[in-house]
Order: sequence, then C-alpha cells, then structure tokens
Amino acid sequence: MFGSDDLYQEIIMDHNRSPRNYGAIDDPTVAIEGFNPLCGDQIKVYVLLKDDKIMDIAFDGIGCAISKSSASIMTVELKGKRVSDAQSIFDAFRKMITGKDLNEDQLDALGDSEVLGGVSKYPARIKCASLAWHTVNSALSGDSNVVTTE
Amino acid sequence: MLNVENIREDFPILTREVHGKPLVYLDNAATTQKPIQVIDSLVEYYKNYNSNVHRGVHLLSVEATDQFELAREKISTFINAKNSELIIWTRNASESLNLVAYMWGRKNIHSGDEILVTALEHHSNLIPWQELAKEKGAFLKIIPIDGDGCLDLEAYKEMLTSKTKLVSVIHVSNAIGTINPVENMIEMAHDVGAKFLLDGAQSVPHMPIDVQDLNCDFLVFSGHKMMGPTGIGVLYAKKELLDDMDPLYTGGEMVLEVTYENATWAPLPMKFEAGTPNIADAIGLGVAVDYLTNIGMDSIHDYEKSIAEYALKKFPVLEEKGVVLFGPKDPNLRGAIFSFHTPTIHPHDLGTIMDHMGIALRTGHHCAMPLVKSLGVPATARASLYAYNTYQEVDMLIDGLIEAIEYFENGS
Repeated sequence: MFGSDDLYQEIIMDHNRSPRNYGAIDDPTVAIEGFNPLCGDQIKVYVLLKDDKIMDIAFDGIGCAISKSSASIMTVELKGKRVSDAQSIFDAFRKMITGKDLNEDQLDALGDSEVLGGVSKYPARIKCASLAWHTVNSALSGDSNVVTTE
Repeated sequence: MLNVENIREDFPILTREVHGKPLVYLDNAATTQKPIQVIDSLVEYYKNYNSNVHRGVHLLSVEATDQFELAREKISTFINAKNSELIIWTRNASESLNLVAYMWGRKNIHSGDEILVTALEHHSNLIPWQELAKEKGAFLKIIPIDGDGCLDLEAYKEMLTSKTKLVSVIHVSNAIGTINPVENMIEMAHDVGAKFLLDGAQSVPHMPIDVQDLNCDFLVFSGHKMMGPTGIGVLYAKKELLDDMDPLYTGGEMVLEVTYENATWAPLPMKFEAGTPNIADAIGLGVAVDYLTNIGMDSIHDYEKSIAEYALKKFPVLEEKGVVLFGPKDPNLRGAIFSFHTPTIHPHDLGTIMDHMGIALRTGHHCAMPLVKSLGVPATARASLYAYNTYQEVDMLIDGLIEAIEYFENGS
C-alpha cells in the first residue's frame, strides 16, 4: 500500500528491520556523530581506514526507518571502496535524493542506494536519508565536529 | 450540541485531497483552519476599506479604525476583560510571552527571586524565563508532573514561597493535552503575593475563558490557533500591570508628544502598539471570535470533550498493538490532544505514512523538548482535534494507525 514506487518499499523495510553493519567497530580510524535536531535522529558512524581504503564501516544510533535503512545501505555500498570512490558515490547520492538527473556512471556507482531515490518526492525526509551520508563524508574529510542537518 | 457538518461547510480547505485521499486534518494544535467568513473579511478589508488606522480624518481611515477597534472590543468581550484597553495586539502568544518577560520581568524580577513554570511548558513559556532568570540572578523552578502527565499540586504548594514573584503556566498542554487546574493555582499564587501568567494558546480556542473570574494577571494567546489569521495574537494584563510596564517597542502611534529630546507615551492600549499594526489580521481575528461565539464556546468545549472520550474509549485497540498514549486518561483532565508513541514505528515514519492516507498529524517534540524527553521517547506523534473534526475522522485515525503498525510488523 505505501510500498510500491513509494518511500517504504520492501528493501527499505528490510534494511530497517535488519540493519547491516550495525554496531560500533573496535578501534575505528574515525568515529563521528550525526544529529537531526528536527526529529531526533542520532547516529554514530565508525570507519576503519587502511591506506586509501574503507576496510570496515559501521553505524549505530536511533532514528527513523529512512535514516536507519539509508545508513545500512550506505555501509554495504561503501565497505571495501576507496575513499575517492566513496566521495563520488556520496555526490551521486546527494544528487539523486534532491531529484536531479544522474548519468550512467553515477547510477552504477550508487548500486543499491538507488532505492532511496523515492525520498526526492518527500522533501521533509531528505535530511533523514542523507544524515548518515553527510556524517561519513565529514568523517572522511577529516572534520571532527558533530554533524547536524541544520 | 454543535452541528459539525454545518461547521465543516464553512471551511473550504476541508474539501481538499492530499495524495488522492480526503484531507483529515488533525494538526490543530499547530494551527487551525479558517472559516470562509474569516477569509472573506481579509479580502473585504483590502478590497474595500484598507487604510492606516488612528491618524486619518478621511472616511477610509475612519472605517478601518472602527473595524480595527471593534475587533479589539470583540476580544475583550470574548475573554471578559474589564476594558478593551487591556487588550494589546501582538504577533502571537510567543511574542506576548516575550513582551511580558521584557516589559514586566526585567523591571520586577530581581536577584534571588523565583519564577515557577511547569514541566509541561511549550518552549515559548520556558525559554524567556530561563533567560530572564539568568540575567537577573533569579531562579526558575519547574513544577513536576506525575506519571499521568498531571501537575503535582502538592509540589506546587511547597514551591510557592515569599520569594515567588511569577507563576507562568500553560493552561492546556499542546504536547500531551493535560488541562491544568489553573483556577486553584492562581489563587495559591496570589496567596504568596506572586503574579500569575496564563498561557492560553491551547485553551482560549477551545473553552470559555473569563479573565476576571480566573483573576489571572496576564493572559496570552494566538489568533491562528482559534480559526483566526496568522500573525496576530493578544496580550491581556490587569490595568495596574500595564500602567507600570514601560513599552519595549517605541515609535509612531504609541506617543502623545514628541520633541527631539523626549517623548511621552499614549494611554493604553496604544502605549504598547508602535507602528502600523496588523490591521487586516486583527479584524480577521475579530471575525473568528464572532464565528466561535456564534457556535458557543461551551458547545465547542462539550463537543471536544465528547469526541475526546470517544477517542479514549477506542484507545485499548491501539494499546493491544503496543501504542502508548501520553497524558491523562480521564477525559475531564485532558483536551482533545493525543500524543502517542508506536514502539515499532519511528514518529517521523508514522507521520509520513499517515500523510499518505490523507491524515495530517504532527511528529516530533512539539516545542516541548524537555517534556518529551522526560516521557522517555525521542519524539511523539500527535493528533489534535477542533470543532470541525468528526467521529469518523477519529475512526480513520485509529484504523490508519493499525494499518501502519501491521505494515511495519509484517511487511506489505
């Protein structure tokens, strides 16, 4: 009913019920908190880097189904990728959820995170979907402050 | 009993659809819809007699002034103020509260004084007092609530001392619906020589209010929460308080005589209304007051109480699904504002899903972050009713919630 082409499709519900890579990493290279003050979504992202590669990435925290599933899908997409690739994926993701058109390469790069494309039709939820991504982006660019969506 | 179908016919917006479904507007604590009479009055003003008030001798100015001051009279009668000069136009309840903090508070609160507010306060009746207390070296104390969301009156009694200068209380909690026993509280405050400010934002629209009977020292409320336009609110205070307060906004309209060095203030209420006021919306609020008076505030109160009872009776069905309702379960102790938590669905998701069904709820902390936090949840979903909501809409809310919960539990 609310599934199909909309926001709460099965794959999102699945990641919400069983989030992948959920739980802190021991000894992460960097750990950053992200916070959405409007609705209280609060996540912490842990990244283990070796040279230029994301060896491990995980998250924990509380939030809505959109923020949780987005974080989960993100960790699946980014694990094992190079930091520079992660940056491209982040740019593509941001374009997608704000409803902009993507080229072939960007669509490929997104992989499963494409399912969050429906968020672009719900401007009120864009911050939820992008919280984890903004947080990781901050973590990877060496910013140590708490990320907020404001 | 009020005729809800007749009332609904006056509200054009209630016929619209959202996401292809009929609108079920249950976000009245955030803002209310306007009857066509109010909407028309705004258009009529701008079409036929728009003019600046108070200073002109030409006919349009006289007409505008008459309607503007008539609106003030209407408000005065509506709350049974002694005199319409005690009705000060502001932007909204938040501004009214800040004006009391600035114009009365900074003059009358000193180091060591105590200000009491409740644990239920909206941020606008909390933060101005935090700031005032910090500035003056005064103490802000919070009257606690019990597990049902009702004020601990024993604690209130203990907290009232000779140091208490102001008690500022939300009449009806916008977050969880609790109705505070303010009649009693006002008397107790006066017994220790404290002033009492009543935040009527969620009560003035929904029940008869008589400021002389209540004997509150200040009353604040917002037009847009009572079928009136946005951008207009009221500050009422007793004459001796207004006479003692110095105006915050100075400038045109609020003066008697001005030299390059000095100015003297106009009498009430002009003393507190600098510059061109929000003429159209004040007139619009006057029309809203006419509309409400026509239905009867007693009728509105009775109707809302009965629809709240209906909703409360249905609640066990939701409780079975794990839904937690906050606030008093006794319909005599609460307004038609229902905040709840669905353990398996984050409020943000719930709000979006209900929106898909055409149902407008509000989710979050409802400008009461400390309160919601104390309930042990990150946020709540809130349904708040008004005189144009129907029993059928309550059914749709309940059914919609069950459908949402089942979807999140079992998938499509």
